[in-house]
Amino acid sequence: MTDRWMDRLSEYLDGDLAPGERAALEAHLAECPTCHATLHDLRQVVNRAHALVDRPVGTELWGGIATRIGASGAPVVDLAARRARRRITLSLPQLAAAAVLLVAAGAGATSLTLRPPSPAPSAVARTTAPDVRAIPAGLPDKAEQSFDTAVRELEQALAAGRSRLSPKTVTILERNLARIDVAIEEARAALEADPANAYLNAHLANTMQQKLLLLQQANTLANSAS
Amino acid sequence: MPTPASGVPALTRDPSEPRYAADAVEVTLAASGDAHAFERLYRRHVTRIHNLVRRMHGPDDADEVTQDVFVRAWEKLGTFRGESTFSTWLHRLAVNVVLTHREARGRRRNRFSDDEQLLAGAAARHTTPEAAMDLEGALARLPDGAREIFVLHDVEGYRHEEIAEMLGLATGTSKSQLHRARMALREWLD
Repeated sequence: MTDRWMDRLSEYLDGDLAPGERAALEAHLAECPTCHATLHDLRQVVNRAHALVDRPVGTELWGGIATRIGASGAPVVDLAARRARRRITLSLPQLAAAAVLLVAAGAGATSLTLRPPSPAPSAVARTTAPDVRAIPAGLPDKAEQSFDTAVRELEQALAAGRSRLSPKTVTILERNLARIDVAIEEARAALEADPANAYLNAHLANTMQQKLLLLQQANTLANSAS
Repeated sequence: MPTPASGVPALTRDPSEPRYAADAVEVTLAASGDAHAFERLYRRHVTRIHNLVRRMHGPDDADEVTQDVFVRAWEKLGTFRGESTFSTWLHRLAVNVVLTHREARGRRRNRFSDDEQLLAGAAARHTTPEAAMDLEGALARLPDGAREIFVLHDVEGYRHEEIAEMLGLATGTSKSQLHRARMALREWLD
């Protein structure tokens, strides 16, 4: 431990040494088996830290949180059951069907805004779910057009009702819509490079679904505030 | 984050980032008062936050501190500006809550100078094979300050500059404490 380089080994390991110091330490390592062995051990420690796996939480903590935030009066949602009821993991064919349903669901955007978000996806969920791995590459033009139409209708409805939302909600909404748009564009770009990638296909479908749901929720909020 | 010089792989700071679009929906709803949306955020992030709390704070009060993190998140959701992902924002909030708990227990004062002595003595005491243990067990033996720095840097991937800012100390102190923590862990691990 008397070696002056011993205390610099972590900085070396982390790439924090200046080039000159790094070269000097590397020269020292070639001659000092103690520092060499210590460096190996430290690297093992760091690798083990990187490899730590999160343990599941042993205790249900939500009840106490719900009480403290004043949400305990509401029944705690059984999320697994809810997901089972309105399974909306949209593959691309499902997304196309969902978009068509959304557009066809009412005679205009206003009717869409009054509609809770679950019916259309649930209807889709009851259709036979194709294996996501079998999804054809790329988004079908018809699905793209249906999605764009649904989004446009919902955006028009939201524009009409946004004055009923608080400025804070509008700010958050616009920011999150912008994020989703970025995610959609990134997924589309990635699919152009790797069109057969099933994960990317599912991710794009999921992200587009998120945009539809967010717009629907915002419209529901706007209508409930009227 | 610096480029590791000697083959130590870089950490992914925020492995849940691909889910940010889903988070964005829930954050919007939760910020408007929807507790169900907040519960969904809680369920998505509680494991990661609980593990961070347990490693930084120790296992004894990890449940209570984790609950405090989410209550605080609910209270502060309106200040979330989307400059980072929700996951990153929540993570930083959790670190602050852990540090507040530590301060409230009066354990922060002089802990870094105290740690120097504790680390020097501890590493010397635990060098026999019988004392070998897993990393989580060894972490719990570190003095508070050194453990916080080790977890933030080597487990969570923060840079020394970020750690120094969060903990209110000099960057050099963060580096030296990290090295001492690693040297102690090296002695304890099996």
